[in-house]
Amino acid sequence: MSDLLALSAAQLAERIRARELSREEVWDTYRERAAADDLNAFLWVAADAPDTGDGPLGGVPFAAKDLFCVRGVPSQAGSRILEGYRPPYTATAVEKIVAAGAPLLGKTNQDEFAMGSSNENSGYGPVLNPWDRTRVPGGSSGGSAAAVAAGQVPWAIGTDTGGSVRQPAALSGIVGLKPTYGAVSRYGMIAFASSLDQAGPLTRDVTDAALLFSVMTGRDPCDATSLEHPEAIRLPSAQDLQGVRLGVPDDVESAAGIEPGVLEAFRATVARAQELGAEVDTCSLPHARHGIAAYYVIAPAEASSNLARYDGVRYGLRVDGDDGLLAMYTRTRHEGFGAEVRRRIMLGTYALSSGYYEAYYGRAQRVRTKIADDFRAAFERFDFVVTPTSPGVAFPLGAKTDDPLAMYLNDFFTVPMPLAGIPAISIPNGLSEGLPTGFQIAGPAFSENRILDAAYALEQAIGFDTAAVHA
Amino acid sequence: MIDRAEVLHVARLARLELSEGEVDRMASELSAVLDHIETISELELDGVAPTSHVVEVGSALRADEPRPSLPREEALASAPAVAADGFEVPSPGA
Repeated sequence: MSDLLALSAAQLAERIRARELSREEVWDTYRERAAADDLNAFLWVAADAPDTGDGPLGGVPFAAKDLFCVRGVPSQAGSRILEGYRPPYTATAVEKIVAAGAPLLGKTNQDEFAMGSSNENSGYGPVLNPWDRTRVPGGSSGGSAAAVAAGQVPWAIGTDTGGSVRQPAALSGIVGLKPTYGAVSRYGMIAFASSLDQAGPLTRDVTDAALLFSVMTGRDPCDATSLEHPEAIRLPSAQDLQGVRLGVPDDVESAAGIEPGVLEAFRATVARAQELGAEVDTCSLPHARHGIAAYYVIAPAEASSNLARYDGVRYGLRVDGDDGLLAMYTRTRHEGFGAEVRRRIMLGTYALSSGYYEAYYGRAQRVRTKIADDFRAAFERFDFVVTPTSPGVAFPLGAKTDDPLAMYLNDFFTVPMPLAGIPAISIPNGLSEGLPTGFQIAGPAFSENRILDAAYALEQAIGFDTAAVHA
Repeated sequence: MIDRAEVLHVARLARLELSEGEVDRMASELSAVLDHIETISELELDGVAPTSHVVEVGSALRADEPRPSLPREEALASAPAVAADGFEVPSPGA
């Protein structure tokens, strides 16, 4: 292993700035590793390093999930319906990272239109988990997670709608941050569920997450839901958790499908938090357990609307048969969308159809209000709510593909936060049966600086070696 | 709880073609998910306002000033079929 691979992105930027390493050397090393990817993590790798100037990210290359539009670069959202699509514009999040000095190394594989928790729904084949190639890396940002975990790229961005940054980060042994809704512009992100989608960093450690996130935030005239973050994002430095109040939801121990090893690792880190000075108590989020039900109405409903645009007219696939416009639409969408995307379009269309709207969508949006109220009440007593990120470790490829509901329940701990619009991070929390587990910290809207500090203090105490799987 | 006829009706609304085998599978898979979703029908939600937006935002209106947009040739560059400077589609009546 080259010494360069042992360095975090922030350390690489520091060495480049100090002229101890050249940008070219860093680019070439990672370019070679990304091009030799045998995890199916990359869908496109850049040929040459673009000149990105001197910015705070110091020339350290990054990868973007396929659904981020990049001008002239294949941007397919993991779907065959967008095969070969090269957008005429670039997503704001990507533009800001490039402007801060990081060149784009490649586009990463994902579940089609970000719908999935295992990356098995990609139209371009599943991604393999570098910890165990017979297992999934999580999803939907599975390519970004696997690429960072395997040292194919120093850091990456993904999107989180119901857990799609945090869950693959947990299953791949890295850090993933889902920001407050609106903190990062969604302009140029191929949409899944617009009221939930948020871009976030996937990185080797908490400092890298803070550094990358710090350049992504800001109000964007191209996204009316984006906001100016009230605080500049700082690099974390907390050494302890003195005075920090942590709430552990009372149903963590009884959550569906929770594995004993995951629970054990979670309890051990709660105990570490107490040693670092945190006050820990049980909290009640009575409606969070209904998060999956509300999510699987709201997200498919929004998706059914967002995905109406793929009709074989303006871009992407067209399957024509000389039998009229309607037949062209239905055939194109049948051929172009994978099974899970068709399922969610059906679910969402059903929930929004005449006679069912109030029973499903209306009720789900009321449950969403209750979930947000639960968090608001919890944050009057606690600084953060902590849970395991995923109830289990990475599962074998194919283990859950025949049971959509079992797959959806992977998101039990991650779905409530986007429904409430609040930020949350997943940090590596040691191993269970030789595979990574994640520890999730959620806080009120715009509390990212505090979350990053708490995550940093815990990261030092846990001492997880993120370089462990670099081949 | 969702039958073949409803699946076909929803597929038509969604402009999705489904093969024969897919119709039955979709009916059983959607039913399983809808059964789980049904758990929210037990909640007391009277008087609870539905969420319309998760974070408070002010007016998103901007000044209505003309500015350049995507050039026509770029907008058409990815289209499967183009005719007379526009998107070409099969006849609706065919």
